[in-house]
Order: sequence, then structure tokens, then C-alpha cells
Amino acid sequence: MLEAFLTSTMTMATPILLAALGELMVEESGLINIGIEGAMLSGAFFALAAAYFGGSTVLGLAAGIGSGIAINAIFALMVVNLAVNQVVAGTALDILALGLTGVFYRKFFGVTGSSFMVKSMARLPLGPLANIPLLGRAFFDHNALVYFSFALVPVVAYMLRRTRYGLRLRAAGERPDAADALGLDVYRLRWQALIVSGALTGLAGAFLTLAYANTFVENISAGRGFVALSVVILGRWSSWGLAAASILFGAAMALQFAMQALGTAIPYQLFLALPYALTVIVLATVGGQVAAPSALGEPYSRS
Amino acid sequence: MLWPLIKSAAALALAIALISIVLVALGVSPVAVFAALAEGAFGSWYAFTDTVVKATPLVFTGLAIAVAFSAALWNIGADGQLLVGAILSGAIGPFLGGWPRPIAITIVLVAGALGGAIWGGLAGWLRARRDVNEVISTIMLNFVAVQTLSWCVHGPLMEATRAYPASTPIAESAHLGFYFPPSRLNLGIAIGIILAIGCHLLLFRTSFGFELRAMGRNRRAAAFFGLPIASLTVRVMALSGALAGLAGSVQVASITHRLYEKLSPGWGYEAIAVALVARLNPIGIVAAAFLFGALDNGSQAMQRAVGVSPVLVQVIEGMVILILLAFDTPIWSRLGGRLGGAKGPAHAPALSPDA
Repeated sequence: MLEAFLTSTMTMATPILLAALGELMVEESGLINIGIEGAMLSGAFFALAAAYFGGSTVLGLAAGIGSGIAINAIFALMVVNLAVNQVVAGTALDILALGLTGVFYRKFFGVTGSSFMVKSMARLPLGPLANIPLLGRAFFDHNALVYFSFALVPVVAYMLRRTRYGLRLRAAGERPDAADALGLDVYRLRWQALIVSGALTGLAGAFLTLAYANTFVENISAGRGFVALSVVILGRWSSWGLAAASILFGAAMALQFAMQALGTAIPYQLFLALPYALTVIVLATVGGQVAAPSALGEPYSRS
Repeated sequence: MLWPLIKSAAALALAIALISIVLVALGVSPVAVFAALAEGAFGSWYAFTDTVVKATPLVFTGLAIAVAFSAALWNIGADGQLLVGAILSGAIGPFLGGWPRPIAITIVLVAGALGGAIWGGLAGWLRARRDVNEVISTIMLNFVAVQTLSWCVHGPLMEATRAYPASTPIAESAHLGFYFPPSRLNLGIAIGIILAIGCHLLLFRTSFGFELRAMGRNRRAAAFFGLPIASLTVRVMALSGALAGLAGSVQVASITHRLYEKLSPGWGYEAIAVALVARLNPIGIVAAAFLFGALDNGSQAMQRAVGVSPVLVQVIEGMVILILLAFDTPIWSRLGGRLGGAKGPAHAPALSPDA
């Protein structure tokens, strides 16, 4: 039971962490991308379509990444180059992705979806580590994407806090006008963050269809993109914090399944609502803007 | 007055053109799709009246978005506010048996407005007093509302036989009855139109409306000129939430008469498209809601006729919003200034209502 719970926690945390790490870079560059939900949903659909028709998981992953990048490129064009409202543009992309994937899915796969299964991504047990009692199966017997997402945590932390590039990115998010005056190309930095984030978010979507559900249903992302947004906040804009918050959210989702299986008196909806309520409570007590980049969400245009 | 209308029409036309390309690529005739949509929305008296019924919640949520966006408060939480309003209406409704109809209906509607106002006002308070971005808080509160509704219909409000995840029906005295059965036309749309007129007067004819719009234009400047920004933020968000809550309340009182999990198909998000097409103008919102209500209503018939998923409507919504945003970008006016035309303000608001 505990082993299954821990395994499930890691599985549920992975797509959230992937998307959240991407969103972290975007937010450090000064943008807030509500469209992340749409990018994840697109990634999920196109990964499944490519894996199903192409018969290859690698092809599926590539399609997931590509469609995530495509959605974020539209967002970049709108909010970086045209300087339109980020919240409204992001919401529009969420709605658009929900519609497009629904229309394509119905067209490609017909109405009876559940028979269109793909092979689940192969598990890669990490040698003797996977044999540790209890913890082995839970932490060291997953597919490559689970390891990749957690391996990315120190990489992103190092990149943002210890490299010149990370400093530039954060400058674009803190004081875009000053960064511009120093000769940094704020537009290019923000585009780059959005492309990397699109790839990671698309990959998160691909994880949902290729490693978790092994099929597609309409709105399969079911708010996980928004969860990633809240993970960035709960994690206080630190990669390590993001990993912890992702595990917390993953555990809440896993706990919900366990509670339903056990048939306890505690309503399972409590666990589903808890992470969102927690985000609001944390923001309300710690204050909203303490750790956030100063220029977050404010349109910037060179004039 | 005319120019924004042309822009909205052009955005719709462009979205339809783009979607036609996608449909052709999918091997579906766009003509057949849009003919089936129109047939489903306006093909008969019943179809037409159901378009009005489908437009009703969009009038309320559209007004909710317009009020908040006019103040530059980005309320993404209309869906959650709608659900909390519906929950309070659905919770109090069963106890109103035997009450005089006008009083029972008023109680149900007030409960709905109150529920929405609490949910919206909470996000407003968090923004005003705790500096919490309302975009994030409203999204999070949407999820909390969805789970609360799910818990209610599985738990405390569940119907007596406990067979279905639905609440006990509200008392008949609280029903907004159908005027011309079998059509489902009811008082809801009339309430919506009256509220639209009320919102128009409020936004453009009162000092509260002036302050609200001033805050929307430039929050910092409005604060500098002594406007009570914090209290305005709470009041605007509560008002916006109340309007969204009424959408849920009217839906429960007129159509469903009870709560169930999938009560809203996303009216709170669709409302963003409605409000932007209407350029945040309350009267325009009635027209835009009618348009999107027609799309929603026609989409089912379209699916039966040509086998395209009804979520095609959401493709149209998403595209229309993006195109309208692109039309409105401050970049154009700045370019115009550089090219020798009239120079726009240095910090033109991304969105502002047209009177």
C-alpha cells in the first residue's frame, strides 16, 4: 500500500514538475503564462497521435515537444512582440487547445476513444537501487521521464542562479528597462524561455498520454498546467522548492486514489482541493509578491 | 460606436476563415459545418428559444468579466464564482416549499449572488490587502469550488435516495417557470438584460463606475489621485462575483432545479470571449452572449450532421480572443505615431471598455 502510494506520488509529480520548471524560467524572464494548460494538453494529444500512427514512443515524445513549442511560440508572438495582455492571451490559448485537440481527436480517432491505446513507456529500473525494500520500487523503478524531470531540478537551479545566462534572464524579469539599457535583448531572452518552457510542457503532456494513461481523453491535462503555476508559487521560485511542491501535489493526488480505495469517511474531494486551497493560503500569509520577479506579468515593449 | 463593432466582426470573420482552412485540411466541408451550426441554432422556433436559453448564463458571466476587466482586475474565476452561487441557491432552494413565489425566487437569486460575491470578494480582498495576484487566486479558487460542489452532491446536499450524485431538487415555488412550453424560455434572460442595462449605467453614469474605469486605465495614477484602490478592488471583485454567481443561480432555478457535478460547461471561461467581442460594453454583451449561445446550441446539431466535435466552438472562441488582442495591441498606435500619425498614449491599457 505504502509502496504503491509512493510510486503513484512520483508518477503524478513528474508532469507537474516538468511544466513547473519551464514556467519558472518563463516567470524569471518576467512573463506569466496561463496558456501552460493548453500547451500541456496539445503535447498530450499530439504525442499520442504520433505514437499511435507512427508506432514509436520517440516519435510521440518529439511530437509532444513540438506542439508545446508551437503553442508557446504563438504566446511569445502575442505577448513579447505585440505586448498584449498575458493573462487574456494565455486563457485564449487554453480554450483554443481544448477545442483543437477535441476536434482533432474526434476526427482522427472517432467517438469511441478508449481502444486507441499505446504501449506504455518502458520502465528503467536503476540496477541494485531498484531492489531496496519499499523505496526501490517507489523511486528507482520508473521510466526515463521521471528521472529526467528530477535530474533537471539541479540543472535549472544552477542555470538560473549560477550562470551569466541565468542572471540575464532574471534581469529581464526584474528590470526589463535596465536590462535593455545594458544591451540585453529582452525580447530574445523571453522568447528563449518560452521555447524551452514549451518543450518541457509538451513533454509533460506527452508523459500523460504515453506513460500514464496510455491513451487520450478530452481535457486529459485536467488542470495540471494550472497546478504547475501554483507549484512555482508554493516553491517560492526556487527549483528545489518546485520539486518539493510537485511532490506535495503528487502526494495529494495519489492520496485521493488511496482514500477512495480504502473507502474512508474523509471526503476525497478534500485532498483534491487541498493543494489549491494551500496555494491561496500560502500566498495570503506569506504575501504574494515577496519572491516573485518584480516585473512579472507587466508588458514590456521597447519604445 | 461603429469602429469597435467593425473590429469584432472582422475578428469573427477572420476566425471563421482560419477555421475553414483547418476544416478543409481535415476533409470536412466548412459550408456544411456552418450551415449545420446555423440550422441547429435558428432552424426552428424551439431551436431559437434554446439559443436564448443557452445565451442566458453567458450574459451574466460576460457582465462579470466586463466589470472586472474594466477595472483591470483579471478575474479568471467566473466559473468558480458561478458554482459557489449555484451551491448556495441549490442548498437553500429545497427549504422554500410553500413560500410565495416572488419571495422564494428572490431568496434563491440573492443566495446565488451572495455566494459569487463571497468567492469573488475573497480574491479581491487577497489582492487589496495581501498583494496576491488575482489571476492566480481566482484560478485556484475555481478548483476549490469544483471540488466543493463535487463534495456537496456526494455528501451533505445529496438527494434522498442517495443513488445519483445530485442534490435534492429545489422547491417548485422557487422555479423560474417556462413561459411557452415546450420551449424553455424563462425569466432568466429578462433579468440578464435588465442587469446589462444596470451595469451600463453603473459603469458610465456613476462615480463608482468612473473610479472603476480610472483604476482600470492606470492603477497607480488612480491611487495617486486619492481613489480608494483597496476598497474599490474588493467591491469590484465582489460585484463581478455576484454577477457570475447569479448565472449559476438562474441556471439552477430555471433549467436544472438541482445541483450536479458538471453544472457549468465552462461558462466562466467562455465569458472572456463574450466580453472581449463586446469590447467590455454591457449592452454589447447581450448581443455577444446571444452569438456564442447560438454557437453552443448549434454545435450539438452540427455534431450529429457532420460528425465534428462540438468543441469546435472553443476553437472559434480562442481564435477570436487572440485576433482581437492582436488588433488592439498598443504596438499599432505606437507604429502609427512613428509613421507620423496620431501618437497613442505611452502606456495605453491593454484593454479598456468602449462606451
